[in-house]
Parts: sequence; C-alpha cells; structure tokens
Amino acid sequence: MPYDEALERFEPVLGLETHVELGTVSKMFCGCSTTFGAPPNTHVCPICLALPGSLPVANVKAIESTIRIGLALNCSIAEWCRFARKNYFYPDMPKNYQISQYDEPLCTDGYLDVQVEGKTVRVEIERVHLEEDTGKSTHVGGATGRIQGADYSIVDYNRAGIPLVEIVTKPVEGTDRLAPEVAKAYVTELRELLRSLGVSDVRMEEGSLRCDVNVSLMPRGSSTWGTRTETKNVNSLRSVERSVRGEIERQAAILADGGRIIQETRHFHEDTGATTSGRSKEEAQDYRYFPEPDLVPIAPDPAWVATLKAELPELPSVRRARIQEEWGVSDLDMAAMHNAGAIGLVEATVAAGAPAADARKWWMGELARRANESGTALADLPITPGDVAKVTELVASGALNDKLARQVLEGVLAGEGTPEAVVEKRGLRIVNDEGELSAIIDQVLAGNADAADKVRSGKIAAVGALVGGVMKASRGKADAGRARELILEKLGVEG
Amino acid sequence: MSLIHKTAAELGRLVASREASAVEVTQAHLDRIAEVDSKVSAFLHVDAERALEQARTVDERIANGDRLGPLAGVPIAHKDIFTTDDMPTTAGSKILEGWRPPYDATVTRRLREAGLIILGKTNLDEFAMGSSTENSAYGPSHNPWDLSRIPGGSSGGSSAAVASFQAPLSTGTDTGGSIRQPAAVTGIVGMKPTYGGSSRYGLIAFASSLDTPGPFARNVLDAALLQEAFSGHDEFDSTSIDAPVPPVVEAARQGDVAGLRIGVVKEFGGEGYQPGVLARFHETVDLLESLGAKVVEVSCPTFGYALPAYYLIAPSECSSNLARFDAMRYGLRVGDDGTRSAEEVMALTRAAGFGPEVKRRIMLGTYALSSGYYDAYYGQAQKVRTLISRDFEAAFHQVDVLISPTTPTTAFPIGERADDPMAMYLADLCTIPSNLAGNAAISVPCGLADEDGLPVGLQIMAPVLGDDRCYRVGAAVEKAFTDRWGGPLLSKAPAL
Ligand SMILES: [Zn+2]
Repeated sequence: MPYDEALERFEPVLGLETHVELGTVSKMFCGCSTTFGAPPNTHVCPICLALPGSLPVANVKAIESTIRIGLALNCSIAEWCRFARKNYFYPDMPKNYQISQYDEPLCTDGYLDVQVEGKTVRVEIERVHLEEDTGKSTHVGGATGRIQGADYSIVDYNRAGIPLVEIVTKPVEGTDRLAPEVAKAYVTELRELLRSLGVSDVRMEEGSLRCDVNVSLMPRGSSTWGTRTETKNVNSLRSVERSVRGEIERQAAILADGGRIIQETRHFHEDTGATTSGRSKEEAQDYRYFPEPDLVPIAPDPAWVATLKAELPELPSVRRARIQEEWGVSDLDMAAMHNAGAIGLVEATVAAGAPAADARKWWMGELARRANESGTALADLPITPGDVAKVTELVASGALNDKLARQVLEGVLAGEGTPEAVVEKRGLRIVNDEGELSAIIDQVLAGNADAADKVRSGKIAAVGALVGGVMKASRGKADAGRARELILEKLGVEG
Repeated sequence: MSLIHKTAAELGRLVASREASAVEVTQAHLDRIAEVDSKVSAFLHVDAERALEQARTVDERIANGDRLGPLAGVPIAHKDIFTTDDMPTTAGSKILEGWRPPYDATVTRRLREAGLIILGKTNLDEFAMGSSTENSAYGPSHNPWDLSRIPGGSSGGSSAAVASFQAPLSTGTDTGGSIRQPAAVTGIVGMKPTYGGSSRYGLIAFASSLDTPGPFARNVLDAALLQEAFSGHDEFDSTSIDAPVPPVVEAARQGDVAGLRIGVVKEFGGEGYQPGVLARFHETVDLLESLGAKVVEVSCPTFGYALPAYYLIAPSECSSNLARFDAMRYGLRVGDDGTRSAEEVMALTRAAGFGPEVKRRIMLGTYALSSGYYDAYYGQAQKVRTLISRDFEAAFHQVDVLISPTTPTTAFPIGERADDPMAMYLADLCTIPSNLAGNAAISVPCGLADEDGLPVGLQIMAPVLGDDRCYRVGAAVEKAFTDRWGGPLLSKAPAL
C-alpha cells in the first residue's frame, strides 16, 4: 500500500533496539584484543572459546562505558544489579549461553531528544544493558547466505565476547508520518552521542553499531497497539528510514486486506529495501534466564557514578545549540548542516582559522554538491578542514576568487595535493601583475572594437563583455574588479 | 615405616632435608599404584615419566638451595575435573575423552609451583554428579576397606587413592558433599573450604555457585597444609574471596577444644541413619565434652529443605554449564558425516556423550528454569537457600562449630543404589546445607560402625571463612581417637 494511504488509515508505533560494540582494549570477560579485522580465530583464549573450566571476569572499563552511556541518555544507574545467562544453542556462541542482563539492567528510564523537521521529538529509553557479542558465522553455499540451505558454515570467534551495549527505547508513539525520519534521526543522534563519549567507533558497516527496528500499526482512532515485527540487519542510517517506511507499507497492506500481522523477526535487504520473514516469535525459544553464578553483582559506587557524570563531555545536542548561537545560524541551516554531517567539519575548519560563514559556505555548497555527486558522505571526502580553511584564506587575501577556489577544491579532491600545491600546479593564482593584465586587456580591446566603442560612447554596461573577454583570455585568473577599472581607464571613461 | 605410609608433612620434611629424594618418594607411590590400582581403580590416568621428571626438578632445586614450600616433593593425585596442561582431563565423561586442556587450573598451577608432584588424575562421577563414582563413564572406583563397596563420590577416585596409600594427598571438589562423603566412607580427612576460598578457575563446572575445590589427606594437618598451598584470592575467579587464607595450619597444629561451644544439629539423626553411624557420632560428642567443649543441641529447622533446594539449584546451573559440550570446538563429535546440520551433530553428540545421571540433571534443570516454572522452582529454591544461610548464622551466634554425622550410612555396596537416584541423593543429606550457605565443613574419621566394620565420618561445620575452626576441632578429635585406637583408623583397614 502506498505510504500516504497507509498513514491515512493507520498510526505507526516504533521501537528501536541498538547494539553497540564498545571500543574497549580487551573483551568483556577475558584479556583478548577487540581489534577489528584480525585473521579469523586469532583473538581467542580458553575463556572466550568457553573451554571447560574457564571463568569470566567482568571488564570494569566496559561497565564504566555503559554507565557513561546511561548517564548521557539521562538514565538512572542501578545501585546493584547482576548479569544473567541467556541460554540457547548456536554454534557461534561458545558457551551456548550469552552473558547478558535480564531483569536487572545497569541503566533504566532515560531519554534522547531528536530534531525532525524543526520539531523536537523525545524518544524515551527503557534500558541500557551490558552483554557480550557472539562469534561470526559465515554460511557457505546455498542461495541465501543464511544457515538454511548452506553447504557448510565457518565460525570466527574473534568477535565472541566483545562487550556489547544494548539500548532499548520505549515504544515511540505519535510520530505519525514522520516515523521513518524519527527512527533515522534517533539512530543518527545516538551515534553522535556515542561517538562524543568515545565509547565506540559506531561503524554501522562494520557492525559496531547494529539496529533492530520494531514497527506496529494501529488503526486511526484506536489506542490499542498492533502486533509488532522486529526487523534486523538494518546496517545504515538510510536503511533505518527505508525499513520503517517499507514495514509500514507492508503491514498496512495486510491489515487493510483483513489479514493479521505475525509477531516475527524480519530481515532487511539492503539491495531491494524489502524485508523477508525470519523466525517467528511464536515459536521462539525459552531463554531460561537466571542470574550468572560465575560473576559477582555489579554495585557501582555512587561517588564514582557522580564523578563519571561530572566528567561527561559536552553532548552533541548541547554542542549544536552552543555552535548555533556562536555562529548565528538559522534553525533550518543548522538542521541542514546536521543532516549533512557537516557540523564537526565546519567546526574544525573554523578551528583551523576560517570564518564560520565561509567554512559553512564551502562545506554546505561546493563540497556538499561534490559529495552528493559521488555518493559519499561529506566526512569521507578526501579533503581536510585544514585544506578548506586554507582555501578560504587564499580567497580572503585576494589570491583566489570563488571560481578559482572551486578549481582548487577540485584539485585537492582529485588527489593533487594541498591547496597551495594545486594552485601551483594548475597555475591558478589571480593575475595581479599589472603589466600582464594590461597586455591582455589591450589584446581584448583590439579584438572587440565594437564593444569598446559602445563603452566610449557612454554605454558603460557594455564593459561586462570586455571584462568577460579578459577573464576568458586569462582563463579565469584575472582579478575581474581590477580588469574593469583598467579597461575604463584605457577607454578614458569614468567608472 | 615405608615411604607410602608416611604423612605428607613428614615426606615434605624428608625431601627438604634430603633424607629422601622426591624421586624416591614418587617412585614408591608409583610402585604402589602399579601394585594395587588394578583392584581399586582410583586413577583414570597415571603419568609415571612426567611425575619422575617433576620429582627430579624438585630434587635439583633443593640441591641448589631453593627454598620451596612444606609440601615440595610430595606426590598428589588430582580429581580429573581440574585442568592440567600436560595430561588429559575428562571430568569422568565420554564427551571429553582424550581432551588435553591447553591450560592449568589455578589449583593445579599453584600446587605445581609449590613443588608437589602430580602422579595422575583420579576417577569421579561424570561431571561430579553422584555419590559413588558409579556414574563415571570409565567404571567405578572401589573402597579400599571393602572392594565390593563404593568409595563415595563424586571425588571417589581421590578418596580411594589416599585411603589405599597410592597418594598421600589428593584434590577433590565438593558441590553437595563430594569431598566429605567420600572421605567419611573411606576413613580419611576431607575438607570443603569456604566457597570462594579456593579458586574454581580450571575446575570443570557442575554447579558454579556450589562447586568448591578442597583437599583429601590421611590426617588433619596434611589436609590443612594442602588447603593452604592452593588457597587464596585468584583474579581469574570473580567469586574468589579477596581475604587472607584462614590460619588452617596453625589450627591443625593446635587441635584443642577446651571452652569451645559445639552445637549438635538436632535435625540430623534418627530415622534413616545407620545405628552404627549414630553410635560413633554420640561417642564423639561424649569425647568432645570430655575434652572440655560445651556441647549443646541446636535446631536448624530449614536444613530439612536443603536436599530438594539443592536438587533444583545444582541441576539448573548444570543445565547451562554443560551446554558448551556441543562438539563444535573440543571433545567428542558424533554424526558429522557431511549430511547433518550442526544442530543434529550437537544433539547426537550430547546423546552419545553424556551418561544417564548427567542427562537426568540437565533435564531437571532445564525444566526448573523454564518460563512459567522459574519462580516455583529455581526462585523458591533460592529463597530456601537464604533461609538455610540464616539458620547457620543464628546457630553460629550460639556456638563456634556445628557437628553431625557426615553421611547417614557407611559405604554401600556397588550397584545397590545405582537404579534408585533418590536413595543415592540421601547420601548427601547432611553435607548439602554447607554448600548452599557456602560455609566451611570438614569430615574426619570417628570410628568403625559395629554392624559392618566400615568407617564413619564426623562432620564439623564452621562459619564462612572460619575454616580454621574445622581444623582445630578436627585435629583435637583425631588426636584423642588416635590415642584411644592406638593408631590411625586406616591402620585397621584390610591389606589389599
Ligand atoms: Zn579471550
């Protein structure tokens, strides 16, 4: 069913579960490295391979990071809580239980405010808890890359036992047609918050930030929530948005036909934007949670928690408000910068000496356009804030005009070196040599006698064509203002 | 007296003073193993070459003037549930047959560092689940007092090895009585330290909140020396207590009960107890009074619920702890012929690799933890556990230690209870409360039952971290009885 029609008939309720791999040096319960990309099964030991007799010891740094995340999300921190075992058999989980938290999470009842189309939406956080990641299975052969139908599977336990924080929202109601945007804005904001805390590298493509999206629909006018589905494998911000939209359309079509939604896990497919059915929750396993007897309860000292709170860095939303004030930017421009991921870049460019307005102009103008063209994120363009600051400096000093500056940026992006190097190589400096400029003008005047006559006869507006000729002849390097002055002077006309 | 009949303390002294070499001491025990273990079946694995190599190293170090601990050069047998990086570790199960751990348990490592010589690994009920060693996948061990009877369990190989002079010392683990009961029925000393006082790292888990490594020896002082050698905080075990080891050796040397308040647990005795066991127990109570202790009766009304609570908590934890035996990374693998899924191979392996008692407990525990039953079973059992701890606390306000028979009967014949799990579970009736509460408890010999001439054990229970009290009272009882009997109880055991 088309999205607009779906929204006319139904109201969506959202829920988001986000898993974040913490960037601790060692794993959650052993001393193994957490570095991504090592050869398979090299970051393993008796503990994370669950050899008989081995025991877990909790990583205090991971507990600290979880508390900091909870504090940044305005949560209450438990004075006493325990790990719990979540029991189920799966080959990539060495113990065949996951050490997680169940009814005693470390952090509860917080919120995160996000901005969508100039509106503030408060997403309430139900819980933030700490657990361990599983290994990574690769299913070889078969059509789907899933375990069903595969010829064989191989398991890499490097990831097994990496600390994982799960952040679960309360159901988000009242988003209406903005549900996809709210979901995306929430994950974006959360990612920035986690990055600012320095607790994770939050790379969705490497799986260090993973998102499960819950969607249910209720008919307009009803206050009873519908059955929800949980979409997994949503691996980019764009996919978060697409999966919510797609799921609203899919569920609306079923409900409109008088069907019923099955409570199930669905898999998102990046290529088609569609979801397919995974295992049904109705046949879901009983995880037989019970308190982990190999670990002692976590009882964070309130003084320590207070210190962690006092030492939290400036959070992204606070920082944005401050920057907006400092730079005097409109809400709309600020939102545009935020969505483009440009705030940090502009800030760094300002820090490198550029005026805020100029820094913003280049990042949100020329560079945003080029990023868009090449389908890359602004931050991934091969240019540094220092380069951009240098370009603004060259413009301010009169060494470049905007047109030349764009060519310099193009050169930097093409890998031709620093802005100075590009200016040098491409010979882009504005022609300031009066002699050279004068010669070019003489040449242009000689070739455009008609226009010169018009100017002489008082039609000053005709000088534009002559200046254009000079710019063309100098391949854009002439200072247009100076050229105009010299032309008028040579033709004996007062400007 | 031959080397194998000496105490561990004496052997340590002889090796340190170079009156005997560690190699001689080790060889004497290896000879004894060769002579009698075909009858006793205490060992699952003996490595004579490795033992002699370790003994030579100790001798060299002593010759070089290295100062080693009091047990350097003394042989020991490890229950085959502690990992050893140079020997197989099976936990008495087919599912781990041939598995060689790449790492040492903390207990193993610390004892190696203290210079003890590992003779081999001893038999046990599969994954320490049982009271007789009949649940071992490798066949039962035999009681040196009567080879047709059980040596207790689950650490029955360790008790049988020490009682038959194949090793002066051995290690065991006690989850519901698995050290104290085997010690009682073989006439030796077995101690369950305070939970957390000895590290579980490298101990293959049965029930994590209950499992406790502890020592076996033929006398109280030797047990104390062994406990001291492997005890103390271990950063690899989160539940290990970061506190000084109680002064167990000093207490074992002191051995006096004058002025001590001793409580007899009212609930342990009467119906279901063998008359000969009760007779020896009452005799011991009289003995303690004659030694100057004040003996009173103490009621611990919740102890009657300990057995059912235990049989919910221990299987629940075991159902989760044993999930890792899935054929994926180590151990047995059945049915991996390229046509079956991982799930099928897991199921076939577990079906073939686990014995009936282990399966029974996995099923019990899976049921007790399942959704809708958790509160009624696991949750309720945890509440009982709290009440039992409170009973202990209240009792230890009145008295310094509690005493009871270690086990209601003497060693029963092999096969007698094999098909009756409930009868088998009753063997741990008196020992389980201390596992649930985590406090210290020891079993020391207190005579032979009149009707069968088999050993009876006295259990002495002390508060958490009050391990020294167990040794103090145990040593006093041992000294008085040795005087009365004209020698240790084991001297009355028939020759093998
Ligand atoms: Zn590891």
